[in-house]
Amino acid sequence: MTEQSSPITAAEVTKVAKLARLTLTDAELERFTHQLGDILGHAADIEALDLTDVEPMARPIPLTNVFRPDEPGEPLDRDDVLSVAPAVEDNQFRVPPSLGEDS
Amino acid sequence: MSVDLDTWEIVVGLEVHAELATRTKLFCSAVNEFGGEPNTNIDPLTLGLPGSLPVLNEHAVELAIRVGLALGSEVSPSSFARKNYFYPDLPKDYQISQFDRPINVGGSLELPSGKVIGIERAHLEEDTGKSTHVGGGGRIHDAGYSTIDYNRAGVPLLEIVGRPDIRNADEARAYVTELRSILVAVGASDGKMEEGSMRVDCNVSVRRRGDDELGTRCEIKNVNSLRSLGRAIEYEAARQVDLIEAGERVQQQTRHWNEDDGRTHKLRSKEEADDYRYFPEPDLVELDPGAEWIERVRAAMPVLPAARRHRLAETTGSELEQTALVVERGLDELCLAAIEAGADPVRVLTHAEHNLSDERSLKLDPEQFAELVKMETGGQLTATQAKTVLSEMVEGAGSPADIAAAHGFEAMDNSELESLVDGLIESNPTEWQRFCEGDAKITGFFVGQVMKATKGQADGKAVTALLNTRKG
Repeated sequence: MTEQSSPITAAEVTKVAKLARLTLTDAELERFTHQLGDILGHAADIEALDLTDVEPMARPIPLTNVFRPDEPGEPLDRDDVLSVAPAVEDNQFRVPPSLGEDS
Repeated sequence: MSVDLDTWEIVVGLEVHAELATRTKLFCSAVNEFGGEPNTNIDPLTLGLPGSLPVLNEHAVELAIRVGLALGSEVSPSSFARKNYFYPDLPKDYQISQFDRPINVGGSLELPSGKVIGIERAHLEEDTGKSTHVGGGGRIHDAGYSTIDYNRAGVPLLEIVGRPDIRNADEARAYVTELRSILVAVGASDGKMEEGSMRVDCNVSVRRRGDDELGTRCEIKNVNSLRSLGRAIEYEAARQVDLIEAGERVQQQTRHWNEDDGRTHKLRSKEEADDYRYFPEPDLVELDPGAEWIERVRAAMPVLPAARRHRLAETTGSELEQTALVVERGLDELCLAAIEAGADPVRVLTHAEHNLSDERSLKLDPEQFAELVKMETGGQLTATQAKTVLSEMVEGAGSPADIAAAHGFEAMDNSELESLVDGLIESNPTEWQRFCEGDAKITGFFVGQVMKATKGQADGKAVTALLNTRKG
């Protein structure tokens, strides 16, 4: 399969992987480009159908307005939660810094 | 540095995030409160634990509808989407927001000046946790590490996106002040900027006067007060003008306002919108408030600040802008009641604007306020005496008549004043001569003498008028 005929290019898959913080090997890149191409190909099959008379649906389930009353429930115990955190400081989760870009 | 406004036009659009005044979070029953012990208002959904599912808080929707109606938005069928990004302030790795189908579409907001600012949309989304950057001076980009408190994660926000109709720092401040008044009036938010209940992102661009096309904008974050908002806009506009005048281009980017050095700093290049890979939130169903709910909310809406300003301006025959402060202080009902009770509308408004800054003024009895104004316009009290009596009324000292009596403020009989003035003219011929020759400064001498003789109870204006009559 050449890049032109594929619904998704290896470059696009690389970008998506980067956004998802995934590092792909060359073999994985090829495999996922192929698999994602198949999925997009299936969507293309549906696009090929004449759906002019079909109402667009925002959700597959015909359900609206599921609510919860504004009433407090039981919180989790902080010590329980923090006991499973990788790092803790002052009752807070300690995490590595992010966003390095600056000038 | 300041921008030459004859050559350049500043264009500002504001995005305001308002925390909604619910008891619990947007999608779970963890408590929504400011200042709680770190990580105590957390539950499985707040932490994004596997298997936890969001359910929409009905009251948050109600509050969103109130704001939508207050802004004249079209309250619409809407849905939620996932905004995907990796940042530890949301442990799910996505924020639930509204993307292509917001609950409130369009609208506008009228500033006290009468200028109208367009509203693009006002949509629901969840707030993020609070990160504290430790090491490297506490700044986001060079922190050694961060600590996170998830109490705020999931708190309901309404993001109110304004159109780029604002043209200077004063208008930006007026917009935020007005929006805060509206949010508070409808009970949607406490509007406290100092507690982060209202946060402003500010899009600034510049263009040459007469240009139709908008310039490239920068988004400024970390603007935490009205004062910073004005400073940040002025700094950023000047920075952009300097760039363009130096032959460079403004690059679209997110910048961080630093209160200490009074500058904006590049935070990150603006990510492409589709980098967030929005997609419909599969765990939530459609939200369609429907006509019945919307009308129920509309029926319970209070009179909003803009309408209150117009009402007061019409009743008093004053300029719209003169009513802004009085409405902001919530004194308009008192004024209207006092006017209804027969007090002179202009005097009522003047007192409310200048002499009723004390919070206790809200408790004034309108009948007594009216009585005071009537005593003043009836000549029983001078303007200065009326002010004194009013300030004591605010302190709860009693009725205007009693306070005036306690001070010995009594209206001077006109004939009494006349004989006093005539006596002064007779005994001070040199000064009188100067007055008659048009030396305005000498007026003060006569007024002063009358005040001395009456222990300050005479009306200065009446004395001047009398002197002029005698001059012929």
